[in-house]
Amino acid sequence: MTLLELKNVTKHYSPAVAPALADISFSVNEGEFISVIGPSGSGKTTLLRTINRMVELSGGEITFAGVSISRLRKSELRKLRSKIGMIFQHYNLVDRMSVIENVLHGRLGHKSTLAGILGSYTLAEKEQALRIIQMLGLDEYINKRCDQLSGGQKQRVGIARALVQNPKLILCDEPIASLDPSSAKIIMDYLKNISRDLGITLLVSLHQVDIALKYSDRVIGVNRGTIVFDGKPDELTRERVSEIYGFDAGDLMINLGESEGYAS
Amino acid sequence: MQVDVFRKRRNNALIFFGVLALLTAGAIVVTQYDVEKGFTSLGKAFVWGAANLYPDVKSLAKLPDILAKLRDTVLISVAATSAAAVFSLALALAGSRATRIHRSFTLVARGIASFFRNMPLVAWAMVLMLAFSQSSLTGFLALFMGSFGFLTRAFMETIDEVGDSSVEALKATGAAYLHTIFQAVLPSSLPQIVSWLLFMIETNIRDATLVGFLTGTGIGFSFDVYYKAFNYHAASLVVVVTVLTVLIMETVSNTVRRMIL
Repeated sequence: MTLLELKNVTKHYSPAVAPALADISFSVNEGEFISVIGPSGSGKTTLLRTINRMVELSGGEITFAGVSISRLRKSELRKLRSKIGMIFQHYNLVDRMSVIENVLHGRLGHKSTLAGILGSYTLAEKEQALRIIQMLGLDEYINKRCDQLSGGQKQRVGIARALVQNPKLILCDEPIASLDPSSAKIIMDYLKNISRDLGITLLVSLHQVDIALKYSDRVIGVNRGTIVFDGKPDELTRERVSEIYGFDAGDLMINLGESEGYAS
Repeated sequence: MQVDVFRKRRNNALIFFGVLALLTAGAIVVTQYDVEKGFTSLGKAFVWGAANLYPDVKSLAKLPDILAKLRDTVLISVAATSAAAVFSLALALAGSRATRIHRSFTLVARGIASFFRNMPLVAWAMVLMLAFSQSSLTGFLALFMGSFGFLTRAFMETIDEVGDSSVEALKATGAAYLHTIFQAVLPSSLPQIVSWLLFMIETNIRDATLVGFLTGTGIGFSFDVYYKAFNYHAASLVVVVTVLTVLIMETVSNTVRRMIL
């Protein structure tokens, strides 16, 4: 079943420069794990942010769960965003607050103005947050301030904050770009589990082609604001990689795996 | 190449100090300042000060009176600063990059802050005196205006520095505008805000002395009265008490700062 559909999406930041997104169309089925790859400045981040309207579209149409998002009013937009989680490269936590408080921020989309200002959450919400924190192995840090955590731990808090929203979709904007390889693997494994066990759809922008191939059901390659590849990981040949990045895959030190016979 | 960089740096330093010396010399010529007399009279001033400006036993009798005035000054400073802080915070939130409702708010907020900050405190006091005559209210309002301008600017910088990353994250969860303010912006910037507030209170106690000269209230007025009555011992007692108060305030605020950081 289609969860998300983009039709001819364009985004101009300024009329003087080339568009950040030019005529992007694709659709996402429920439960898919999709990686978005492409060079820096190719429009990955913009693409992800148009879906929850953190960036406004210049043209085209996005439909999420049957609702056209571009003309939503303020309260409807809040409702839309509450169904879409987001994970950031720099975690974007409130560093001076505790883990549990940061996780509960994921509930703010469902809160009245006053309850949200006071930070008063229901018992059910707290229990849910606790369950998710335990699931991500953060129980011993629950009352720690986030500025005392390591990068990998912070990103797990970021994942917990997204999960507590009960989202249908989670947008991950380069979730492992600031992490060391072992933390990156832990985070990617959690994302895979979330996709498999909870059936949440994931759209992950990545810089590492090999990780994209290993974890995702489908890969979308973006270059200069247009989609140059959209298919299964095993369809991503050496030629297609060089089309996405504008360099030969061998020169990029990318290992596409032994089975395709590209590794030398 | 590397040598050039060092030479350039040395030349820059030479030019800087050369210009500075030229400006000083020029200023001396233009104002017809007598350098020699300037330094000798400075010495004389110290000699006179040491002979006259010290609190003696008799002046201690005035202490209860002075302390009562001091209490007024401290309370007015604290009241003016905290009242100004409330308005400043609102304006700063409206003007900061991460929290503004519209782009144009930044310019407006900066403009308002600049106007209030750059108008000298004494000018505020003079203008307000026309409306409220010599009273505590005039002093309060003069300090309020100056603090409002300064704190708005300081709070805006603080909120900008905290950045918009957590605001972005909260917005993306569907949080309302006020949620992002109370759950992300304020918790992150509160220590800095409190720090500025304490700094402003210290500064205002010092400035209140000056404003008091004009408005005829508080510790500044006491100093003025004693000084004009040639009671230098009592006047110096006022200075000592004021300095002690500022020092105590500084210690207290440093302790508070350490506790909240």
